[in-house]
Amino acid sequence: MNIPGRQTLLYGIIIIASLIAPGVMPAYQTQLAFLWLMVVFALSWDIIGGQMGYNSFGNIVFFGLGMYATAVVQRNMHFDIEEYVHVAGRVETLTPVQYLEGLFLGMGLGAVIAVAAAAVLGACILAMGMRGQYFGICTLGLGVAAGELANGWEYIGAGSGLVTPVFPDQLGERGFFFYYIFFILAVIAFLTLRWLYSGRFGLAINAIRDDEDKAEAMGIHTTRHKIVAWCISAFFLSIAGGAAGHLIGFIDPTEVAFAGPTFGVWMILMAILGGKGTLWGPVIGAVIFHVTQEFFWTYLFGWQRVALGALIVCIVVFFPMGIMGWMRERWPERFGYRVEKSQAAGASGGGEL
Amino acid sequence: MSEQQLMVEKVSKRFGGVVANENITLSVPTGSIIGLIGPNGSGKTTLFNSIVGYHPVEEGSIRFEGQELTSMRVQTIARLGLLRTFQQTRIYGQMTCVENMQISVPHNNEGIRTMFSKYPHEVTEKAESLLEFVGLFEKRYLMAGDLSFGQQKLLEFAMALMNEPKMLLLDEPTAGINPTLINGLIERLKRTNADLGITLFVIEHNMRAIMNLAEHIYCLAHGQLLTSGPPEQIQKDQKVIDAYLGAE
Repeated sequence: MNIPGRQTLLYGIIIIASLIAPGVMPAYQTQLAFLWLMVVFALSWDIIGGQMGYNSFGNIVFFGLGMYATAVVQRNMHFDIEEYVHVAGRVETLTPVQYLEGLFLGMGLGAVIAVAAAAVLGACILAMGMRGQYFGICTLGLGVAAGELANGWEYIGAGSGLVTPVFPDQLGERGFFFYYIFFILAVIAFLTLRWLYSGRFGLAINAIRDDEDKAEAMGIHTTRHKIVAWCISAFFLSIAGGAAGHLIGFIDPTEVAFAGPTFGVWMILMAILGGKGTLWGPVIGAVIFHVTQEFFWTYLFGWQRVALGALIVCIVVFFPMGIMGWMRERWPERFGYRVEKSQAAGASGGGEL
Repeated sequence: MSEQQLMVEKVSKRFGGVVANENITLSVPTGSIIGLIGPNGSGKTTLFNSIVGYHPVEEGSIRFEGQELTSMRVQTIARLGLLRTFQQTRIYGQMTCVENMQISVPHNNEGIRTMFSKYPHEVTEKAESLLEFVGLFEKRYLMAGDLSFGQQKLLEFAMALMNEPKMLLLDEPTAGINPTLINGLIERLKRTNADLGITLFVIEHNMRAIMNLAEHIYCLAHGQLLTSGPPEQIQKDQKVIDAYLGAE
C-alpha cells in the first residue's frame, strides 16, 4: 500500500477505536477522557517547547485560566454568587441547555482571556529577547505566581477552591460526555498543528529553535512568530482547562488549576518521551505516560509517586530524544531524509564537497 | 564610478576598554565586489556586526541606499536587502536543505495571512535550482546538520541567495573549504555578482582568493583602516605586509 493510503488507514483505525472505546470500557471512561486531555497537554506544550525550542514551565497558567474562566461564567450566568459559595455549588441542578451554554460560553471566554494573557506575556517576555534557561525560569515563576494569586482571590473561591455545577443527569454519564469533548479537542489540536507545521509557520518556528540569531539575520519576524506560537498553545490549553474543571468537579487553585508539579511537568515529560519537535511524538508520549501512570496507581499503590518519579528520571536520562526522535535517528530514510539523485535534466551542479 | 550603496562613516566600536573599530570610513559601490582583509583580531567581523545592527556603535553613521542603519534592528536591516553570512556557518541543523531554503525567502511583505500559508510551487522550484547551483541538489532532503562543514557553508550561501538580497556581506566564504574547491566557489561568487547583480562585500583570509575576486580591497589592522586600493597595489603595500607579519 502506498504511504497516503497507509496513513488514512492508520487515522481511520485510531478514530474508530477512539469512538467506541468508552462504550467498550465503560468503567474507564474518566481515565480515557484524561488520556485525551494528556494528548492535548503534550501537543500544545510541544508547539513552543518542541517545535520552537522554548522550554516553557509555565504553560499550566493558560490551563488554569481557562478552567477558572469557564467555572466563573457558569456560576455567574445561573446562580447568585453569595448563595453558590455558601452551599458549595449544590444549589439546584441546571438543565442540560443551561449547563452546555455556560460550559461553551465559558470555554470561549476562557480561550479569549488565555490568548490575551499569552499575547501580553509574550510581548513582555519574548519580545524583550528572553531565551533559553532564562525563559524557562521566568515561566516557572509565572506558574507559581498564578497559583498563589488564585489562592488569595475570594471571588474565585480562594484557597477553598471552586465547585463546578452538578452535571445534569439528562446528558448521561459525566465521563462519557467529557470523553468526547476531549477527544474532539485533541483531534482538532492535532489537525491544526499538522496543518501549521507543514507550512511557513512551522518552518519559521523550527528555524527559531535551530538558530534564532541566524533567523534574525535572515529577516524572519521572530518576535511575531514566537508570540503567535505561544497564543496557539494557550488557546488549546485554556479550552482543555475549561472542560477539565467541569470533569473533575472541584477546582483547587494549586492542585488542579495551576498544578505545576503534576500537569505542568507531565506535559513536558510526555512530549519529551514521545519525541519533542515531532507531530506524533507528543501523542505517543501522552498515551504511554498516561497508561503507565494509571498502572502505577493500580498496582503500586502507596509507591505510585516514587514509581512515577523513577519513570521521569528514566525518561530524561534514557530518552532525551524521545521515541520518535530515536526512530528518526535510527531510520532516517523512512522519515524522508535521504539522498535523492537528480531527475531533472541539465543538472550542472558544482563539485562535491 | 557608480553610486555608493553602502557608506560607513567614522564608525567606532568599543567593548569596554578594547577598541575594536576606530574611526572607520569606507564605501561599497552598487554592483561591485569589495574585499576586507586584515590580521586576526583587527576588527573585520566587528565591523560586519555593526553594519547589520548586531550591536550598536558608539560613533559614526552607516547608510545603506541612503537609509541610516545605526538605529535599526537586525531583522529590519536584513529585510532591506542587506544580508550577512556567518564566519562559523549558521544553518538550521534539524531541518532539511529544502526547508532551510524555503524559510529563507524574502520576508519584507509578510502579514498575519502569509504567516500561515504554504509555500507556492515556485519557491520550492527556486530552492531546488539554487541547491543545484551550489551542488547540493542530491542532498536536498537530508538534514542540514548532517552535512559536512563545507557543504553547510555552501548551503548558507544558497540560503542567502534565496533571500534575494541587494548586498551580501560574506564572512570568510572560503574558510574550511577544501582548497581544490575554492576556485569553484570563487567562480560562483563572481557569477552571483555578474548574473544576479548582487553587491558583495567579502572578509577573507585567503589572499589568493580575495586578490582574484575583489576589485577593491580595504585592509584593517588594530581596529583602524590601514589602507585601501586595488588588489595589485594592496599586495605590494609594505604596511599591509608588516601588519600581517607583525611588524609595527
